[in-house]
Amino acid sequence: MKLPAFDYACPRTLEEATALLAEACGDAKVIAGGQSLLPFMAFRLAAPGLLVDLRKIAGLTGIEVGDEEIRLGAMVRWRDILDSAALAHALPLLPAAIGHVAHYQIRNRGTLGGSLAHADPASEFPCIAVLCGASVDVVGAGGRRTLPAGDLIAGPMETTLGDDEIIVAVRFPRWPEGRRWAFDEFALRHGDLAIAAVAACYDMDGPHIANARVAVMGATDTPQRVPEAEDALNGRAPGDDTFGTAAEAASAAIEPTEDLHAGAAYRRALVGTLLRRGLRASCTRQREAAE
Amino acid sequence: MNTPNTYIGGHVERVEDARFLRGAGRYIDDVTREGLLHACVVRSAVAHGRLLSIDAEEALAMPGVHAVLTAADVAGEIPTIPFRRPNPKIGPYAQPVIARDRVRYFGEPVALVVADSPELAEDAAELVLPEIEPLPAVVTRAASLAADPLLFPGTTEDNVAAVFTATRGDAEAAFAAAALVVGDSFSTQRQTALPLETRGLLAEWDADAQHLTMHGAAKLPFFNRRAMARMMDLPETSVDYVEHDVGGGFGARGEFYPEDFLVALAARTTGRPVKWVEDRREHFAAIAHAREAEAQVELALDASGRILGLRGEMFMNVGAYVRPNGMTPVRNCAQFMSGPYRVPNIALQATALVANKTPAGTFRGPGRYEGSFFIERLLDMAAAQLGLDRRTIREVNLLTNAEMPHPLAQIRPSDGSRAETSCDSGEYAEAFHRCLQAFDWEEKVRLDGRLIDGRYHGIAVSCFIEGGASGPAETARMRVAEDGGVEVYVGSSAIGQGLETVMAQIAADTLGLPMERIRVFHGSTTYLAEGWGSYGSRATVMGGNAVREAGLALLERFRALAAGRLGVGEGEVSVVGLQAVGPDGVVLELADIAAEGLASEAKFLNSDATYTNGTAAVHVAVDPETGRVEVLDYVVCDEVGRIVNALTLHGQVTGAAVQGFGSVFGEELPYGDDGALLVGTLADYLVPLATDYPRVRCLSLESYPSPTNPLGAKGAGEGGIIPVGGAVANAVASALRTFGVAPNHLPLSPARVWALLNPSE
Ligand SMILES: Cc1cc2nc3c(=O)[nH]c(=O)nc-3n(C[C@H](O)[C@H](O)[C@H](O)COP(=O)(O)OP(=O)(O)OC[C@H]3O[C@@H](n4cnc5c(N)ncnc54)[C@H](O)[C@@H]3O)c2cc1C
Repeated sequence: MKLPAFDYACPRTLEEATALLAEACGDAKVIAGGQSLLPFMAFRLAAPGLLVDLRKIAGLTGIEVGDEEIRLGAMVRWRDILDSAALAHALPLLPAAIGHVAHYQIRNRGTLGGSLAHADPASEFPCIAVLCGASVDVVGAGGRRTLPAGDLIAGPMETTLGDDEIIVAVRFPRWPEGRRWAFDEFALRHGDLAIAAVAACYDMDGPHIANARVAVMGATDTPQRVPEAEDALNGRAPGDDTFGTAAEAASAAIEPTEDLHAGAAYRRALVGTLLRRGLRASCTRQREAAE
Repeated sequence: MNTPNTYIGGHVERVEDARFLRGAGRYIDDVTREGLLHACVVRSAVAHGRLLSIDAEEALAMPGVHAVLTAADVAGEIPTIPFRRPNPKIGPYAQPVIARDRVRYFGEPVALVVADSPELAEDAAELVLPEIEPLPAVVTRAASLAADPLLFPGTTEDNVAAVFTATRGDAEAAFAAAALVVGDSFSTQRQTALPLETRGLLAEWDADAQHLTMHGAAKLPFFNRRAMARMMDLPETSVDYVEHDVGGGFGARGEFYPEDFLVALAARTTGRPVKWVEDRREHFAAIAHAREAEAQVELALDASGRILGLRGEMFMNVGAYVRPNGMTPVRNCAQFMSGPYRVPNIALQATALVANKTPAGTFRGPGRYEGSFFIERLLDMAAAQLGLDRRTIREVNLLTNAEMPHPLAQIRPSDGSRAETSCDSGEYAEAFHRCLQAFDWEEKVRLDGRLIDGRYHGIAVSCFIEGGASGPAETARMRVAEDGGVEVYVGSSAIGQGLETVMAQIAADTLGLPMERIRVFHGSTTYLAEGWGSYGSRATVMGGNAVREAGLALLERFRALAAGRLGVGEGEVSVVGLQAVGPDGVVLELADIAAEGLASEAKFLNSDATYTNGTAAVHVAVDPETGRVEVLDYVVCDEVGRIVNALTLHGQVTGAAVQGFGSVFGEELPYGDDGALLVGTLADYLVPLATDYPRVRCLSLESYPSPTNPLGAKGAGEGGIIPVGGAVANAVASALRTFGVAPNHLPLSPARVWALLNPSE
């Protein structure tokens, strides 16, 4: 569990960083908070010849709540998200979810860029990005591109990023006032990776639910929307029946993963339970109007 | 005690803590030496196979790599690790210190790389390539019993390391006469003790003096010194085991492991000091495992709930080899399953099965935790069938002081340790009632089985005894230093239990000195010619009484020297506190005499066990949809003969209870069909976090001093863990009574509780 040998670079610009990555032809890795990469290296699951540290590159931090969208720099840490009053107001689902991430020390270092790039199916940030239809700005040696969060994640611990590409920022569309939301998670101990979690949001169109979105993480091999559950919500009045139907639909729709701690049937049941409980709580939880 | 000092019995804060809290503790990895080399163990990734060859060429070619040691570097026969408790059958199952032609568990050492840094050693270890021809792995009880394949072909005819019987009275007759017989199958899962500091050793070989020093001792340095001397073909006095601060033991740490020999061999071979510090991943595969037990057991009762008899079979999967104390949990489970109850007729058989898993050893409350879980489940099942209150069925069976000494079941074959043993003292119903009162059973029972805010509430009670004071002896030595302070040397080891504090309290009270004047030295073979250590809840009783005797001897010596100095008879001198007072009122201070060499030694001999008894009560809430169980309240009351220090005692009891929750709810070491260990990190091995169980209350009684020792103390470091399995499982059963579930198999992880409620899924 000792780190393998590696070289270290701490460039000041994205150009330098992407050039270093391109030069290394796959033998280099970006390091952000190091909370996932270093354990991987200690277990010798990764042995990059070069680590490119992002900490001195300008423009990768900061939370900007604009009129159209919310921009979060890739080096924004969990702690920053939890401390942001603006986010608590504009996108309350995000800090609610991030409160479930790991432990104090890890939240002080772990970054959202690292979380997206690591693509652990049990991590909260990618799930919220997928649910909300966030876009991810990426820079490589060949230039910039923007892609939907859902397209970035290719599988468990797998992304569509090129070897020389760096995540720069994630942009969330602004929420309308009154949007309701839900997040519920089941982990074995607080801060452990989720066995299952659900996130949801919807608007009220008169007495009916509209624009429903439901996503599942931890129970499936990637964070994913569940259209069957969304269909069960849209156009219906919120209430135990509707929520129960949506929960059953989500339970039935997913293909649960299995591991040492939870089998597929258990995870399937958990997803239903969490979604039903989360949606029930959502009735009293909504994005408030601006003061 | 001859003075009004009252450290014993007080709430004395731990003297060790200031050092630890300031970061001034010195653990094995803090110890360094000039020219130090670092070792990394190459372990088998195959659970069972023929070791054909080891290619170390590439590793040896790396700059900075000094040696790659394999079985070929061991002259003659590969030494095997000696048993602490030999018995006639286990001989062939002793663990060789390194695999030669066969590997028998995932993680078994096959080579040791020695290099300039730990990183380099690990780099090189990755290049050491053992060629292993895999054999089918024996993982389960059925495979082990089928002897297919044998782990030791040509040497043994089965995979049974030993069969112990525990007998008392006539069980067959008791069952024939019973009004009720309840029985079922139960199991506890494989886990490990998990000291937070992993193991580590630093070996120094002094070629000129032909002397080996092993840093990193814990638990039993003197036994290990003897074992090492024999393996290294050295006189015992040419080996020392030195203890530094130790981050937890719990029975697993400090036994003689293969690495003891390998690291010493590396130092001897290279002529340089060599350090090895176990990493967490290898810790899971290397340190002793525990608790993998299955039982089919029955209880016979009369209509009023009195226990008439206990019988059945138990099977312990002890892993690939029998480690020094590998049989202790097996024989204990059989001998102590009757717990604090009057069980006149017993016929239990406990079979130790070998399999291709990490060899087992002891873990706090070895065998007792398992046995307690079995009998406490049976008692609740019996109470339900007899229509008795769960308190009544315990109360009528708890031992009374009038019955003491009360003989427990007799164990055969005898392993030299308490084949016959008796409970020493105690009115067991007293702790029982105090516990229930503090728990407020009358109030909480109204919630039992009820659904409140989506969760089912349940309560339960469990009783236990804890054996302590492992014999045969402990030693201590005292010396008055030039500054008037008293140095106390004791054979006991400090493994995080507050030994320095407790020994200083006892020494200070014996001598009538303030505690600040006492300096305690422990756990190293350099301090005493012989000694034992800390295991089996023995340090306070055995070490404490040795310190007391050494203190009394020191006072006698003080009196004698003072009499000599004053030119009067010894009988004319009285010793009060720090002063010797002669017949005409002349006063001599302790320090006045120190220059004459004021010192003493003592060996406290005692082979009779002490038995702390106690009761635990628990209140849980079960979420039927997620299977999560929350502990809402947990109260444990124990009767410990004599409370030396209420703070350290409650620290032990609380810690043990929480460790028990880890055992019940999550900690598990699962294996694949191929014998691969599936857990290697603390992300998967779910040890409790410091904040997980906020509600543990303990209270202690000292109504019945142990007649086995002058202090009257009973060992109390393990008891807290013993009743947890039974208490929690019974509370879950009670909470979920409308579903008729039988939580007979631990752990009760959320997924398993959910599965109990959803048997068709
Ligand atoms: C004990 C423990 C518990 C945890 N529990 C949780 C949990 O409950 N939920 C959760 O979500 N996470 C959890 N984590 C993970 C933690 O949140 C990580 O910090 C996070 O996933 C990765 O962020 P990082 O900044 O530390 O990334 P790093 O470890 O530095 O990097 C991770 C990966 O991302 C790449 N990378 C980093 N930044 C970028 C970038 N800007 N562009 C491209 N690639 C990049 C790296 O090359 C590497 O491959 C836990 C971690 C630990 C150690």
